[in-house]
Amino acid sequence: MQLVLEKRAERSGAIALVSPLIAIGLTIVTMVILFAILGKNPLLALHAYFIAPLTDGYSLQEIAVKATPLVMIAIGLSLCYLANAWNIGAEGQFLIGAVAGSWIAVKTQGTDAGAWVLPAMLVLAAAAGALYALMPAICKVKFGASEILTSLMLVYVADLFLDYLVRGPWRDPQGFNFPTTAEFDPVATVPLLIEGGRLHLGSIIALLVVAAAAILLGRTIKGFEIRVVGAAPRAARFGGFNANQLTILTFAVSGALAGLAGIIEVAGPVGHLQPGISPGYGFTAIIVAFLGRLNPLGILIAGLFLALTFIGGEQAQIAMKIPLDVTKVFQGILLFYVLACDSLILYRFKLSFPNRQVARGTH
Amino acid sequence: MQAHQRMLDSTPDGLTSSEPPLLRTIGLSKRYGDFLANDAIDIDIRPGEIHALLGENGAGKSTLVKAIYGLIQPSAGEIRWQGQPVVLSGPSEARSLGIGMVFQHFSLFDNLTVAENVALGLDGKESFKDMSARLEQVSKTYGLPLDPRREVWQLSVGERQRIEIVRALMQDPKFLILDEPTAVLTPQEADQLFIVLERLKAEGRAVLYISHKLEEVKRLCDTATILRGGRKVETCNPRRETAASLARMMVGGDIKEVKAASGRKTTVPRLVVNDLSLAPAEAHGVRLEHISFELKGGEILGIAGVAGNGQDELFAALSGERLSKDPGTIVIEGIAAGHLSITRRRKLGAAFVPEERLGHGTAPRMKLSENALLTGHAASGMVHHGFIDTAATLKTVDRATETFDVRKAKRDPEAASLSGGNLQKFIVGREILRNPAVLVVSQPTWGVDAGAAAVIRQALLDLATAGAAVLVTSQDLDELTEIADRIAVMFHGKLSAPLATREASREKLGLLMGGSSLEPKEASHAVGA
Repeated sequence: MQLVLEKRAERSGAIALVSPLIAIGLTIVTMVILFAILGKNPLLALHAYFIAPLTDGYSLQEIAVKATPLVMIAIGLSLCYLANAWNIGAEGQFLIGAVAGSWIAVKTQGTDAGAWVLPAMLVLAAAAGALYALMPAICKVKFGASEILTSLMLVYVADLFLDYLVRGPWRDPQGFNFPTTAEFDPVATVPLLIEGGRLHLGSIIALLVVAAAAILLGRTIKGFEIRVVGAAPRAARFGGFNANQLTILTFAVSGALAGLAGIIEVAGPVGHLQPGISPGYGFTAIIVAFLGRLNPLGILIAGLFLALTFIGGEQAQIAMKIPLDVTKVFQGILLFYVLACDSLILYRFKLSFPNRQVARGTH
Repeated sequence: MQAHQRMLDSTPDGLTSSEPPLLRTIGLSKRYGDFLANDAIDIDIRPGEIHALLGENGAGKSTLVKAIYGLIQPSAGEIRWQGQPVVLSGPSEARSLGIGMVFQHFSLFDNLTVAENVALGLDGKESFKDMSARLEQVSKTYGLPLDPRREVWQLSVGERQRIEIVRALMQDPKFLILDEPTAVLTPQEADQLFIVLERLKAEGRAVLYISHKLEEVKRLCDTATILRGGRKVETCNPRRETAASLARMMVGGDIKEVKAASGRKTTVPRLVVNDLSLAPAEAHGVRLEHISFELKGGEILGIAGVAGNGQDELFAALSGERLSKDPGTIVIEGIAAGHLSITRRRKLGAAFVPEERLGHGTAPRMKLSENALLTGHAASGMVHHGFIDTAATLKTVDRATETFDVRKAKRDPEAASLSGGNLQKFIVGREILRNPAVLVVSQPTWGVDAGAAAVIRQALLDLATAGAAVLVTSQDLDELTEIADRIAVMFHGKLSAPLATREASREKLGLLMGGSSLEPKEASHAVGA
C-alpha cells in the first residue's frame, strides 16, 4: 500500500478556500503540542491567544490597528508574488517610508505649517518606499540579480539608517537621550476615527487599498497581465506582456504601499519616529499574503487573523508568561502549513494498492 | 551469448503462432484517477518480428510501453517475459531482462560527448575506454556512424537518435521499443533506420514500433496491434490491410477529406520577409541566416524541415517575441514590422499559433475566456479603458466552440483540462475568428487526433480562400502536401527557395531536409556577408 499524490484535472475551487483553514487547524494542533512541552496548559494558552482578544473593545480596536499595516503591505506583496517577482524586503520599504515621511514632520515641528503636512508626508513616504523597492527590481531586470536576496539585504540598511537618524540628527533634544524624535505635531498626525480610541484613518485607507486591488486584479487588463505573467511566463510573452516592466511596476507599487503603511504607523499609533516601530510587519505580511491566497479579500481576513496573534501573544505573555517569541514561531509554522496545503489544490492524496503478489522476474 | 543468439536466429517468419511469445501482456490495465488509459490489453510480441503499435494520440500507446518498460506500474493484469510472470519495478529491471527503449524525446546532455552520454546510460562496470571502443564497434556493425568524441549539441536530430539507439543496442536487448522514431527524421534518414530495424529482426530480436504513419507500418512491420481509447481494437497483418482500413481501425470511422477550394486567387503580398538574419537567443540555438520569402493573400506556404533547424527561431522572429533591429526585414500588410512588438503586429492584422499548446499558446491553469483575452486584448474589442469586457471574451469562447466543434465539460473550463485536439481547435479558432490578414502557424496538428486535424486543416484552407496569407510550419510532409501551395525547407537556419507543391516530391524535400544542394556552392552567401 502506498500513498500517492495524484494530479487533479482542474484546480479545485473548494480546496482553494478550505486549504488555509486546514493550515490553521494543523498550526493550532502543533501549537498545542508546543504549549504542552513548555509546561503550559494548552487550552488556557489557546484561550489567551485566540479568544481573550476578541472579548473587549480595546483589543478589538487594537487588532484593526495592527491589521492595517499588515493588510496594506500584503496587498502590495500579493501583486509582486502573482507576477512572479519575489519582494521579501517590504520591512525595509516600510521603514524607509516611515523615515521619509517623518522628515517632513521633523522639519515642520513647531512651525505653523498647515494641513498640507500630513498629505505631503503620505505622498513622500509612498514615493520613498517605491524608490527603495525599485533598487532590487532594477538590479533584477538589468543584471539578473536575485531580488529575493537584494530586497532582503536592503531591510538591514533601512533599519540601521533609521537607527542612525533617531540617535543622531533627529534626536529629540528634550528626550533624555532616548533614541527618538519629538512627538509629531497634530498636523503631522493621522487622525483618530473615534475620539479617545485607537482606530485611525489608516484603517480606512487600508480598506480602500483592498478594494482597489480587488478591482485591479478582477476587472482590468493590467490585473490580467499580472496574473498571466506569473502563471505562464511564456504564454504571457506570447500575449504581448513584458515581464520585466511588470517586475518594475509591481515592486514599485508594493514598495509604495509598504512605505505608506510605515508613515501611517509612525504618524498614527506610535506618534514619533523611533527604532522598533515594526514588530516585523514586513515579514509577517508575507504570511498574510499567502494565507489570504494572494486574493485581496482573503488578505483582509488573513491580516485580521495575524493581528489577532500579535495581540493574543501579548496577552499570553502577560497572563501566562509565555515568551513573545512563541508568536513568531506560530507565524512561521503557519506559513509552512499554508504552503504545504497549497499542493492539495492541484493534487489529491490517494491510497494505491499495486498487485505485488506476482513473483519478481529473474533472468 | 553466441549460442543464445543462434537460438534466436532460428526463429522463422514472425507470424507463425506456434512460436512462444517473448513478451506477453494479459489484461493489462492502467488507471489514472477516473481515466482508464489502458483497458485490459493483451499483446504478444514474438522474437524476430517487427510489431507495430498503432493508435491516435491518447489511444494509450505510451502508457502501454511505459508499463512494459517498467516506468509505471499497471493497475491490473500481468506481463510475462518468456512465459514467466514478471513485475518490473523500474527501467533498470526491464533492461536487465533484455528490454530496451528509444524514446521520442531524447534524454541527452548537450554539453557532454557522445561517449559520455552513452556511459551515463549504462551500468558502468566496464572502463570508459572499453565502453568507447564497444560503442564504435556497435555503431559500425549496425551502420549507425557516430563519433564518440563529439559533443551532442553539435549533432543533428538524426544523429542524436542514433546515440539513443546505439545506447540501447549496447545492452544487447532481445526486445527493443521505438517510440515514433521517424517523427524527427528526413525520409532518407527513415529509410536508413528501416535497414537497421530489418537487421535487428534478422538477428532474432523483437521490435515494438510505435507510429501513426500507416505507409511506414505497412512497409516495415509484420504485425500491427491497433489501440483506440485505451482498448485493443485488433491485431492484424498490416501488409494485408490498406492504409484506409488501418486508419478506420485507429479512428473508429471514416476521416473527413480535406477539400481545397479550386481556383483560389492570390492577391497582394501580405507577409514579406527580406533577408532576415538573427543571432540565437540561447546557447546552442540556431542562427537564422538570410531568410527571404513573399506570401500573398490567398496562399498557403509550407515550411518543412527536421525539428531544431531554426523553425522555432523563425516563429519567434515573425511573431515579434524576438525583435529584429532592422524594421524592413519583416513586412506585414505593407508596413515594416521587424521592430514592432507582437501586440503591434496583431494590430496590423497578423495572428500566430505556436507549436506548444500549453504554456505558450495558452496559460494552462487559466480559463478559456482568459486565454481568448491573451491574444485578443489588443485588437478584438475585449478591453475598454483598461477594463476587461468579460462578456466579449466569453463570446469568443462560444463562437470558437461552435465554429470549430470544441468539446469540453463546461462553458469556460481551464485550458489544461481540454484534450490536445480540442485545445488546438480552440487556439486555431481563437485566431481565425479575428479574421487575420496573415496567419503564422507552427505544427498545427502535432499530437492531435485525426478528426481534429481534419477540422484544423480545413479551417486553414478556408482562411486562405477568404484571402488571408497563411504560413504553416510542419514536420509532417503529408500535411504540407495536402494544404500548401508551395513548400520551402528549413535547414541550419536557412530557408530553401519554395517549390510548387506538385513539384515537391518526397525525395526532393528529403534531400533539402538533409541539407543537400540548397545552393550551388554557397557563393551567393559569401557575397552577402
